[in-house]
Amino acid sequence: MAARIRYRYLGREHPFQWLAALAGAALVALGGAATGLYLITAGHHVTGMDNQVVWGLPHVFAIALILAGSGAFGIAALAPRLAGPLGHPWGRLGTAAAIALLLGGLAILLLDLGSPQRILAAVWLNPLSSFSRNIALYTAFTAIALIHLGALIEPRMRRYVGITGTLAALVALLLALNVGSIFGMLGTRPVYGGAIMMPLFLASALAYGTAAFALVWQAVLRSQGQASPPAATAWLAMALLTSVIATAALLVLHFLTLLYQPDLQEAARFLLIDGGAYPILFWIGVVAIGIITPTLLLLRRPARARGRALVGASGCVLAGGLAHLFVVIVGGQAIPLQIFPGREVTGAGFDEEAASYVPSAWEALVGLGGVGLALAILLLALRVLPLTVKHLPDEARSMHADSDPVTRSGSEAGEPAPS
Amino acid sequence: MSDEQPTRVSRRQVLGGAAALAGVSLAPGLFLVQAQAAGTGADSSVRWGLLVDTTRCPADCEACVDACQAENGWPTGEATEHPQWIRKMVVGTGERDGAEQALPVMCQHCADPPCVSVCPTHASFKRDDGIVLVDKHRCIGCRYCMMACPFHARSFVDAPVTAHASEGNYPRGKGTVEACTLCVHRIDRGEIPACVERCAQEGHAALVFGDLNDPDSEIRRALRERVATPLRGDLGLDPGVRYQGLS
Ligand code: SF4
Ligand code: SF4
Repeated sequence: MAARIRYRYLGREHPFQWLAALAGAALVALGGAATGLYLITAGHHVTGMDNQVVWGLPHVFAIALILAGSGAFGIAALAPRLAGPLGHPWGRLGTAAAIALLLGGLAILLLDLGSPQRILAAVWLNPLSSFSRNIALYTAFTAIALIHLGALIEPRMRRYVGITGTLAALVALLLALNVGSIFGMLGTRPVYGGAIMMPLFLASALAYGTAAFALVWQAVLRSQGQASPPAATAWLAMALLTSVIATAALLVLHFLTLLYQPDLQEAARFLLIDGGAYPILFWIGVVAIGIITPTLLLLRRPARARGRALVGASGCVLAGGLAHLFVVIVGGQAIPLQIFPGREVTGAGFDEEAASYVPSAWEALVGLGGVGLALAILLLALRVLPLTVKHLPDEARSMHADSDPVTRSGSEAGEPAPS
Repeated sequence: MSDEQPTRVSRRQVLGGAAALAGVSLAPGLFLVQAQAAGTGADSSVRWGLLVDTTRCPADCEACVDACQAENGWPTGEATEHPQWIRKMVVGTGERDGAEQALPVMCQHCADPPCVSVCPTHASFKRDDGIVLVDKHRCIGCRYCMMACPFHARSFVDAPVTAHASEGNYPRGKGTVEACTLCVHRIDRGEIPACVERCAQEGHAALVFGDLNDPDSEIRRALRERVATPLRGDLGLDPGVRYQGLS
C-alpha cells in the first residue's frame, strides 16, 4: 500500500515560538552582516588580521557551511533511494536545509572579501581558479536545488524530480570536491596534502551535512511535539557513523602522508604535537569530540534508534568539523613557508616562526552571522513551504489515523510515497 | 598627472604602458632602458628580470626596501601586519649553516605564476614582458593569491590608504592585494627599478636589472658568467628573479 505523506507548514501551530526562533536567527545574521560591512569599510586590520594568516575564522565557518550544505543535499538525494520510504519525506527538508546552509556560507565568504562589491562586475571569471569554479558551482547548485524543491512540491513538476535531483546531487558532489581543491591544489603549501583534500572534504561534507540535517530534522520533530521515529533515526545515525569513519580514515591517511615525507614531518609535528593550540584542537576537538564521541554514541544498534544519541553525535561532529577546518586551514597557514628549505632564516615575522592567530570577536560575529542567516532562511522556508511531515512512513498506520486540522498536504492529494 | 608631479602615472598608463626595448649599461647594475612609445602595450619579446648578487648584499643594508617604500608609497611597519613589497632576509644563521647570506625577497615575477592561476577575477595577471601585476579595479580581496605565492611576496591592504601612502607611483587601495611591480611605471618610462638604482647609488650594486631574453643584456652576460639560482627552483615556476651566491 502506498502511504500518502502529508506535508505541513511549520510555525502555524506555535507562531510565537517560530517567530522567536526567526528573530533570534535574524538578529545573529544582521549582527554578522553589520560586522562584515564594518570590516569592509574600516579595513580588516580591526580584526588583527596579518599577512600570514589571511583566511581565518570566517573562512572556517564558511567552508563548514558550504560542505554541510552539499552534504545535506547528498543525504536528501540519497535517503529516498537508499532508505526507501523512510527517507522519502526528507527530500524537501534536506533540499531546503542544503540551500540555506550554502547561502549562509556564501554570505560569510562575501563579507570576508576585501572588496566584495567588485565581484558583481567580475563576469569574466578564471576557470583555472578553484575559487571561481566554486562561485559557478554555488550559483548552479542554488538554482538547480531550488528547481528541485519546486519539483518536489509542485505536482505538475514532479516528473522532473529524478532529473533535478540527480543534477543537483552531481553539482553538490562537485562542490565538495572543488572546495577540497581550493587547498589541495596549492602546491606551495604541501601541508594541505594535495589531492587527498578532495576525498577528505567530500567525506567531511557528508558527515557535516548529515549532522546538520539530523539536527534540523530533530528540531522540527521536537517543535511538532513528536518523538524521533526509531527506524528513520537509526538510518540517519548509521549514515552519520559511516561518514564519520570515512572522514577519520582519510584524515589518518592525510597525516600519514605528511609524516612519511621528511620535508613535511616538521609541519605534521606542528599540527599534531608541538604547535601550541593546534595539537590541542586536533586531539580534543577533532579526534575526541569529532570522531571518538560520536562513534561511541552511535556504535550500539539500540543507541542509533534514539533521537538524543543522534542529536548528541551530530553536535559533536559539527564541533569536531569546525576544529578540523581550523587546524587545517589556519594551522596550515601558520606554518612558515619554506622559501629556503632546510635552512634557518631571519626576515619578516612570518619567515621565522609560526603565526600566533587568535580569532577576534569581529571574525566570530561574521562566522556566526552566516549560521544565523542559514537558520533564518530555513525557518522562513519552513513557514511558507510545506516541507515537514507529521509522521514518517515507518509509522504509516498512525499517520492515516491522524486528522490534525493543521496538517496540510503539499499538493491537493498529498505525495505518494514509494512503498 | 600634474607638472609638479612628473613621476605620477595613472593606472591605465601603468597597466597598458609600453615596455622598453634595448638597454645601455652605465655601471654595474645601473643602466638605461629605452622607453617605447606609449600605448603600444608590453613587448612580448622582452622578459624583464633581476639578478641579486648576495655576495654584495650586506645584512644591515635596507636601501632597496627604503627606495621601494619611497617610490611606491607603502607604509613602514612590521611585515606581518603591514604591506611589505620587498623585505630583507638573512639565510643560514644556524650553526650548521655556516656563512650567512643576506638578500632581498620580493615578487619573483614567475613565468608560471600560481598567483595568476588561482585568481578568480583575472585581477592577477602577467604582462607580455613578464611583469606580474594586480589590477586594483578587478581585485576582490579574496587573498587566494597570497595563499598560493610560495614567497610571501604579496600583502593585503587591510587599512584605508592614507594621503601620504597614495603619493606613490602605483595605485593602492584598501581591500586589495599588492606586491612588487618591478617598478613597471619606471620601466615603461625607460628607467630602471628604484631598488636597483638605490643599491647602485649606495655602492653595493648587488642588483642587476635587464631583459632576460636579450643575449647582449647585462643581466644575461652576468648570468652566463656567474652561477645564479631561482628561489625554490623545485617548484618549476621559472621566476624572473635569480640569486647569485646562494649555497
Ligand atoms: S612571486 Fe608570488 S606574487 Fe610574484 S609572480 Fe610568483 S607567485 Fe606571483
Ligand atoms: S586577492 Fe585579488 S589578486 Fe589576489 S586572487 Fe583575489 S582577486 Fe586575485
